Amino acid sequence: MEKTKRPSLRAWLEGGGFFIAGFIGSLVIGWVIFPMVLYSKQPQPMNFNHALHLNPEKVDGIEGETEAERCLHCHGFYDDGTFKGIPKLSTCTECHDNPESPLGNTPEEKAFMDGYVAKDQEIPWLAYYKQPDCVYFSHIAHVKNGKLDCMVCHGEHGKTAVLLDYEANRLTGYSKNIWGKRISGLKTNTWDRMKMDDCAECHSKMGHEENNACFVCHK
Amino acid sequence: MEKKHGPAKGNSYGMVIDLDKCTGCGTCMVACAAENNLAVRPDESDKQRSITWMRLYKVTNGKDFPYTEVSYFPRPCMHCDHHTPCVSVCPATATETDPHTGIVSQIYTRCIGCRYCMAACPYHARTFNWWDGYFPKGKGIERYLSPEVSPRMRGVVEKCTFCHHRLMRAKTQAYTEDRRELEEGEYITACTEACPAQAITFGDLKNPEHKVSRLAKSPYAFRLLERLGTEPKVYYLSTKDWVRKLGDNYLPGEFKPVSTVKAG
Repeated sequence: MEKTKRPSLRAWLEGGGFFIAGFIGSLVIGWVIFPMVLYSKQPQPMNFNHALHLNPEKVDGIEGETEAERCLHCHGFYDDGTFKGIPKLSTCTECHDNPESPLGNTPEEKAFMDGYVAKDQEIPWLAYYKQPDCVYFSHIAHVKNGKLDCMVCHGEHGKTAVLLDYEANRLTGYSKNIWGKRISGLKTNTWDRMKMDDCAECHSKMGHEENNACFVCHK
Repeated sequence: MEKKHGPAKGNSYGMVIDLDKCTGCGTCMVACAAENNLAVRPDESDKQRSITWMRLYKVTNGKDFPYTEVSYFPRPCMHCDHHTPCVSVCPATATETDPHTGIVSQIYTRCIGCRYCMAACPYHARTFNWWDGYFPKGKGIERYLSPEVSPRMRGVVEKCTFCHHRLMRAKTQAYTEDRRELEEGEYITACTEACPAQAITFGDLKNPEHKVSRLAKSPYAFRLLERLGTEPKVYYLSTKDWVRKLGDNYLPGEFKPVSTVKAG
């Protein structure tokens, strides 16, 4: 019987090379290409400069001592306590009322005045923070009672000059801001993700274990 | 029987249905279905598969004319307090008794559709979605849909939630007024609101100020299958002995009618 030949060092290196190349290739596909394929990107209908509007030195009329109060000027509550969410055009036209005389001199404002205010047409914003249908969330319970800053969940959104593209998971249809910005599931900031565990984590940390009951946030 | 509801903290929402007032009109069923986005099927003729959270049962005293009497039992989920049968069997923890409201939840996205809870429920208060909800387009039905109640998908169990979203709505309203506690009547279910005979009373059973907690102590108050020990939070009132007797299974001579003297 012939003895099986042991593979030479050269063969080992060649095989190893193929393995490593394949391994790196899979990692690239999984961590870089897959997330690119998974999320669809859609630009917002127009830009909105949050940083400019929240700067009291540049914009008059959005009042409030704290940043949260200035956020609430447009993203406020209705009389029954429900959250207004993304403001309607009527909120914008409280200041931007005359299409003939824009308040600034940016081309964006001009496009907004001509495209929406003049036509009295709502802006079809894409909501970054729309939770799934089975979720109930009370902003007033968190902002007024819990005294949370908007930033805790929404991050630096109020400081951005440019609206980011809206990214939705192609499989579930949920926004990337809900699902989590990183494919790995790791998060460094409280606003990196808005899933059930993130809500529960904060409730427990704040000593509100009772709010982790199912029927507090589910409907 | 000592009637205690829930732990020391929080509320214990419950319902008292006066069967003497109930005319069996079915408004509660309709109001419930409209409020809670109950889906219909293209063919609703197979009533065994119909989904309803509030079901009306007709009972008679079994006597011939002219002694026949009829009564109706509107039956929502009983929101059992003690050893809640559906909660104790659910393998997915898709249903639980909220210790702060006493409401038995049902989380559709968590339900795996095994229907163990349906088998466990002594009141048949749970129904199964054999198909995806059907809301015919262009017939106006979609305009009735409430954004406050999530629709159910095929393969999950659903049941009455005591219009839990109305509790959330009432709480949100209370927060704008700097209150944490709700007043009586701020949170009532759709069936309570709709009942034209005002046979249904809803409130906090643990709050002695609330009408329900007084009515539940009436000698005419009883609960369905009370002796199972599940402590349902839905009470019925009836001055008729034969109706009260139907609420549970009694051995001959075991049922004790309320004496007419007490009624005075």
